Amino acid sequence: MKAAKGTVFKYGDNVDTDVIIPARYLNSSDPAELATHCMEDIDKDFIRRVSKGDIIVATRNFGCGSSREHAPIAIKAAGVSCVIAETFARIFYRNAINIGLPIVECPEAAREIEAGDTVEVNFDTGVITDVTKGTTYQGQAFPEFMQRIIDAEGLVNYINGR
Amino acid sequence: MGMTMTQKILAAHAGLDKVEAGQLIEANLDLVLGNDITSPVAIKEMEKMKVDGVFDRDKIALVPDHFVPNKDIKSAEHCKCVREFAYRNKITNYFEVGEMGIEHALLPEKGLTVAGDVIIGADSHTCTYGALGAFSTGVGSTDMAAGMATGKAWFKVPSAIKFNLIGKPSEWVSGKDVILHIIGMIGVDGALYKSMEFVGEGVANLTMDDRFTIANMAIEAGGKNGIFPVDELAVAYMKEHSDRPYTVYEADEDAVYDAEYTIDLSALRPTIAFPHLPENTKTIDEIREDIRIDQVVIGSCTNGRIDDMRIAAKVLKGRHVAKGLRCIVIPATQAVYLQAMEEGLLKTFIEAGAVVSTPTCGPCLGGYMGILAQGERCVSTTNRNFVGRMGHVESEIYLASPAVAAASAVAGKISCPCRLD
Repeated sequence: MKAAKGTVFKYGDNVDTDVIIPARYLNSSDPAELATHCMEDIDKDFIRRVSKGDIIVATRNFGCGSSREHAPIAIKAAGVSCVIAETFARIFYRNAINIGLPIVECPEAAREIEAGDTVEVNFDTGVITDVTKGTTYQGQAFPEFMQRIIDAEGLVNYINGR
Repeated sequence: MGMTMTQKILAAHAGLDKVEAGQLIEANLDLVLGNDITSPVAIKEMEKMKVDGVFDRDKIALVPDHFVPNKDIKSAEHCKCVREFAYRNKITNYFEVGEMGIEHALLPEKGLTVAGDVIIGADSHTCTYGALGAFSTGVGSTDMAAGMATGKAWFKVPSAIKFNLIGKPSEWVSGKDVILHIIGMIGVDGALYKSMEFVGEGVANLTMDDRFTIANMAIEAGGKNGIFPVDELAVAYMKEHSDRPYTVYEADEDAVYDAEYTIDLSALRPTIAFPHLPENTKTIDEIREDIRIDQVVIGSCTNGRIDDMRIAAKVLKGRHVAKGLRCIVIPATQAVYLQAMEEGLLKTFIEAGAVVSTPTCGPCLGGYMGILAQGERCVSTTNRNFVGRMGHVESEIYLASPAVAAASAVAGKISCPCRLD
C-alpha cells in the first residue's frame, strides 16, 4: 500500500507559486537549495518546523500563478509527502503529477482538517484519515492515464517505460 | 453537441474528428517554448529520457528573458546551460541577448505562432498566443522536456466560458482594463481548467496588442487558455509577421459553454487590481483616497508592446514623473525598442524622467531591475500582484494599464490621464 502519514501545515485559498518559492531564488534549480526557501513568503517558520512525511492542506486554487516546476520540486524536497486541497491550479496539478509529488483533491478534507492534525493518506484507495479527529474522507480518484504516470513516479519514467 | 474553438484545434492535433470536455488526449505540438528559468530544469529532465535529441529543431523556441542580461553568476550558469543545449541540438529559434525580447511578445512578432497551432510553453503566460487563434497553454519543465523529446503533450480537453464582447472602449480604456474587469468579475479561479473564448462584434474594436494583453492574463483567472476568433486584423498581423500557413477554426454554433457573459466595452472604465490578487479590482472612479506610490513599471509580456509604449508616451509627453518616484519603462522586444526609438517615444520617456531598460521580465517577478523595499507601493502594467511578487513581502503592487501607470507616475499617486491637469 502506498501511503503518507504526517503532521498538517494548513493554508487558505490561492496559495500562489510566488509564496511557495519566491522568484528571487529561481536562479537555482537545485531541489535541496530550493527546499530551504519553501513557503518562505507565506510561512517563514515552515522550513524550520517541517519534518519528513508532513502534509500540506490548503483550500481553493493551490499553486496558482507561475508555471515554475520549482514549486512542487521545493515542496517535495522539503520532505512533504502529500498536498491535499479543495482545488489545485492546473499547471501546478500537472507539474506535481509529472515530478511525482502526491496530491489529492478533496474539498471536505481540505476544509475540515486543521493545522497540527495527524493525517494519513492511502494513495491506493484515495482515503484520507484525520487520525487526530478520527474522521475519514474520500479523495477524488485520478483518471487511469494519470494514475499510470503517478505509478511510474513521474512523466520521465513513464515515457521511458513506454 | 458542437465543439468550441479550442476543442476543434485540439481534436485536429489529436487526429480525432471529435473531442469533448474532460476527454484525455495526446496532441501533436507545433511549438515548445522555454525560458532561462524553466529550460534548465527541462533540459535536465530530458537528459534522463531515452531519446536521441529533440523531435524537431525548428519547433522549439528558447528565449532567455527572465534574468538576462545575466543578473548574477547563478543566472549566468542557467543561461549558459540553455545556450549550450540550443547549440548542441541546433535549435533554430534560440534568441540571444541583442536579438531577444520577452518571450510572449517576441514569438508572435517573429512569426512563430499562428492561428490553429497547438503550443506549450514552460511559462504560465504562454496563453498569450490565443490572440491569434492558436491553442496555447503554460506547462511546467517536465512537460516541456517531454514536448521537446516527443513533439506531443497530453491534455484534458477543457470546457469553456464564452465572453461576448460588444461596443467600443472609450479613450484611455485598453485590453488591460478589459481583462482586469473580467478577472474581477469571475475571480482568480473563475476559469480554472477552462478555455476563455472571447467573441462578438466588440473584438473588432480591439487592437492586436489589446488582444495579446487579454489572452495573456487568462491564466490569472485560472484559465487553461484564452482565445480569439481569427478576423481580418489577425490575418493581417500573421501575414506581416509570418510565412507559416495558418488554419482558422471557428466554434460550432451549437458548442456548449459552462457560462456566457456579455461585456460592454464602452461601459468599462480604467481598472486597477489592488494587492494581493488580480481579482481585487476597482475602477478609477471607485478610488477616492490618495494612494501614494514609489514606483511605476511599464512593460512585461502583458503590456510591453508598441501600443503600450505609445499610450504611455502620449501621457508622459510634456509632463514629468513625480519627484522621488521611479518610473521604469521596458519595451518588450528589440523591435519594440527600435520602433519606440524611431517614433521618438524613448526621448519622451527620458525627458519625463523615466528610465528605459533593455527587454527583460526582471521586475515583474521580483528578479531584478526594480525590486520593492518594505512598505513600498508600485503601479505596474504587469500581471501579478501576489505577496512579495516584486520584492519585500510587505510591499504592494497595483496592476493597471499603461495609461493609468503613466498618469500615476506623473501624479505620484494612483491616477488616470483624465485626472491630470
